[in-house]
Amino acid sequence: MNAPNKSGWKPEMTAADDGMHSGPQTVTGNRALMLEEPLIFELAGTDTTGVDLPEIGGGANRLGGMERTAPIGLPGLSEPETVRHYTRLSRQNYAIDLGLFPLGSCTMKHNPRLNEKVARMPGFADVHPLQPVSTVRGALEVINELAFWLIDLTGMHGVAMSPKAGAHGELCGILCIRAALEARGDPREVILVPESAHGTNPATAAFAGYRVENIPANADGRVDLEALKARLGPDVAAVMITNPNTCGLFERDMKAISDAVHAAGGFVYCDGANFNAIVGKVRPGDLGVDAMHINLHKTFSTPHGGGGPGSGPVVLSEALSPFGPLPFTARTAEGVVHLVEEENAAEFDHTRAFGRMTAFHGQMGMFTRALAYILSHGADGLRRVAEDAVLNANYILRSVEDLLEAPFGKSGPCMHEALFSDAGFSEGLSTLDLAKSLVDEGYHPMTMYFPLVVHGAMLVEPTETESKSGLDQFIAALRSVAERARAGDVSMKQAPYYAPRRRLDETLAARKPVLAWSDPDSA
Amino acid sequence: MRYLPLTDTDRSAMLAKIGASSIDDLFVDVPQEARLSGPIEGLPLHASEMAVEQHMRRLSKKNLAAADAPFFLGAGAYRHHVPASVDHVIQRGEFLTAYTPYQPEIAQGTLQMLFEFQSQVARLYGCAVANASMYDGSTACWEAVAMAGRVTRRKRVVLSGALHPHYAEVVRTMAKFTEDEIADALPSLQGTPDNAGLIARIDDDTSCVVVQYPDILGRIPDLAAIAEAAHDKGALLIAVNTEPVALGAIKAPGELGADIVVGEGQAIGVGLQFGGPYLGLFAVRDPKHVRQMPGRLCGETVDAEGKRGFVLTLSTREQHIRREKATSNICTNSGLCALAFSVHMTLLGEEGLRRLAAWNHALACKAADRLAQVPGVRVLNDSFFNEFTLVIDGDAREIVRKLADGGILAGVSLGRLYPAEDALKGGLLVAVTETTTEEDVETLASALQEALA
Repeated sequence: MNAPNKSGWKPEMTAADDGMHSGPQTVTGNRALMLEEPLIFELAGTDTTGVDLPEIGGGANRLGGMERTAPIGLPGLSEPETVRHYTRLSRQNYAIDLGLFPLGSCTMKHNPRLNEKVARMPGFADVHPLQPVSTVRGALEVINELAFWLIDLTGMHGVAMSPKAGAHGELCGILCIRAALEARGDPREVILVPESAHGTNPATAAFAGYRVENIPANADGRVDLEALKARLGPDVAAVMITNPNTCGLFERDMKAISDAVHAAGGFVYCDGANFNAIVGKVRPGDLGVDAMHINLHKTFSTPHGGGGPGSGPVVLSEALSPFGPLPFTARTAEGVVHLVEEENAAEFDHTRAFGRMTAFHGQMGMFTRALAYILSHGADGLRRVAEDAVLNANYILRSVEDLLEAPFGKSGPCMHEALFSDAGFSEGLSTLDLAKSLVDEGYHPMTMYFPLVVHGAMLVEPTETESKSGLDQFIAALRSVAERARAGDVSMKQAPYYAPRRRLDETLAARKPVLAWSDPDSA
Repeated sequence: MRYLPLTDTDRSAMLAKIGASSIDDLFVDVPQEARLSGPIEGLPLHASEMAVEQHMRRLSKKNLAAADAPFFLGAGAYRHHVPASVDHVIQRGEFLTAYTPYQPEIAQGTLQMLFEFQSQVARLYGCAVANASMYDGSTACWEAVAMAGRVTRRKRVVLSGALHPHYAEVVRTMAKFTEDEIADALPSLQGTPDNAGLIARIDDDTSCVVVQYPDILGRIPDLAAIAEAAHDKGALLIAVNTEPVALGAIKAPGELGADIVVGEGQAIGVGLQFGGPYLGLFAVRDPKHVRQMPGRLCGETVDAEGKRGFVLTLSTREQHIRREKATSNICTNSGLCALAFSVHMTLLGEEGLRRLAAWNHALACKAADRLAQVPGVRVLNDSFFNEFTLVIDGDAREIVRKLADGGILAGVSLGRLYPAEDALKGGLLVAVTETTTEEDVETLASALQEALA
């Protein structure tokens, strides 16, 4: 029999043609404020420009006979057309500025605008990375000051600031471990990674030349300490652990795990993607961690920009610090901040660096923003950040767990994110259907199908920058779509109905890839 | 605490709903002995927006901004005028505060922009397909080397001596761990790149040849000859470009036979920013290599109503699907910098890019002629675009430092880039863009004359 209908929904007609829109078809394809926008290649030719530049006539050149003769095919638009094109595109995006963005493990919190202002100060935005150091003392001080607070907040020994994003930071940490093992003449082959890890963890370990083996989890969603101990041995270089883990749980045995790994001669890498849950509450250095990257866009709220830039400083233990990459900054007793590169590494007693991860000094534009964020919150505020993030996640967990199965709901409180599974959904309805129905309710969906250890996983991370009334509204929406999924509302299979696009055909995109525009007239 | 909306009343009500008596109850899984009992030591308490802004402004003022000095630095990062509308667009919250477009139905803005960006880069580079960006030019360069290894199943990498030394160092660093064999070299102070010497180093085990275009000394190598030699040995040619504006004036690397073209996109739209965030560009000439590419790719498709739309695609190459078998571990890349590049490139268009490139080149030619008149200064290059190498008697690095004390940012000395190489210490890289005035060039010429006298 059918489940009772509590939420008041009724089946809707699925959209054949324009069935759900009862108004007339428009000639433009627009629907009032929902505006269609062509590609720049369809809007413009190659002879218009939106920048006033002089026309330099022919004459001699010194291009070595390599001057371009063939057309490039780059469309140009005037300034008003350009601003309008991108403004119209922007309106087809969901964003934190529009509403709650509960993408688990990605930590989409409010991006303070002060930080945007600070990053654009000319002394930061308009300085070249190779200017003589006497002209960039303030920029070096920013790096050094941020490094200082990152070390302070994590209880670690040193920090490599140059990695360009979280995954780049992971690579940096693993390379430090490899360098340390090689330095002691003990190369090892295996890195252990829990099944619930981010995909970047095994990819990083493999990229650094290691074989990856899985560590099993126990029934309450944490690393199985006994199984881990049984696997440790002289071939294990490191264990990569996310803490809090991607099931949203703190690894209670972290210190015991670290002790066991260290006793077996290995190192502990901590994926710091979820550091925002514990910043100011506990220091990874006190838990025996040897290396941990910090995603500045997660914990310290630099904007994600629709896919980056990120920034992934890696804090390091005393054992790994000597191997950290160049360049970095060092402050002398006289208070002068130096840039330490290949040529002066010896003066700063840093001769064992494993190398250089990127051309210049790291993501300065993210450093200024993160520093402004840390100073704004201060020691008391950062602690509150973690507390409110955890409070908000538990509030959601306990407000919907009667309708959405929480596989580890009985394992204790969650940290900054709440994990649900699709158990209890009516046959034929999936996590994807629930997510797309949430889109119609005006929300970005949670992380779907991750972590892999839970069937139809839904990972919800509200962050600390949501108000209680905002959470209550989201909970109401989430309860409604969960009820519909349990009741077998098949209309969910066609959701979203109200987004700028209906469900997109991802199979077609992969089967017949169209990855660049080509002129239909020239085809 | 202006960024935290919860009130104490809210917190109490929420704890009641949860069934916890205090916030500490929620941290019960953190071992008591590791839990901090109060605000962390050292870090000051929260501060007002005004106080933080004042602190940051003080730090900012300790730097000499490029706009406040005659400025001639390049070597992989170039100063160009960025139209105001670029920064306006990238500060739209819908772009700035979005995530990677995992839910395409509500991320068409970012996705269409990425499709346009990929198309612009592919055309600029003379390639079939470009990806949605890498971290920066140097990491894109390493990723290209790694990709060439996957395509050719060979381990020997030949680096041109005139590849940016920091890019070469990134490749050497990574190769230590992947056990690729790196054949590198130093640049020699000649007016024309040593193509014959480079070609002689390609053998049957070579996976790829990496050539910068224009090179670190500003010279413009003939890539076609190198491509032919590489292809004869079954190797790939990787072309590296650090100044995309140059490609408005010189042939596209793909057109000359480069198989993978990578580079730094910073010069268009992004700004100097003390080295980051920048924008790694990555493209392949032959579409058959697409499945070996690293990074995100945006592709065209249709929705359930048949309307055109865009999605991230071919993700079976990527870490979140393939895990340890992925083509790269990259996840977050440089999305917002790609937007800045794309907006600036749309404003320029082909006409604007060509004009900008021609203007840069003309100004650089004029500056080179003027600086060549300074006694004791020689212009090395037979060819260049907007950056060239001056050779002086003595230590150019010392001179750069001295001129900086007088408020002139004279360029990048080869001593800064190759501190261990005495033979290069007379080299000074000078970049000239549309932001450089005649007065700036005069100031530099007189200061050099005085310093060398």
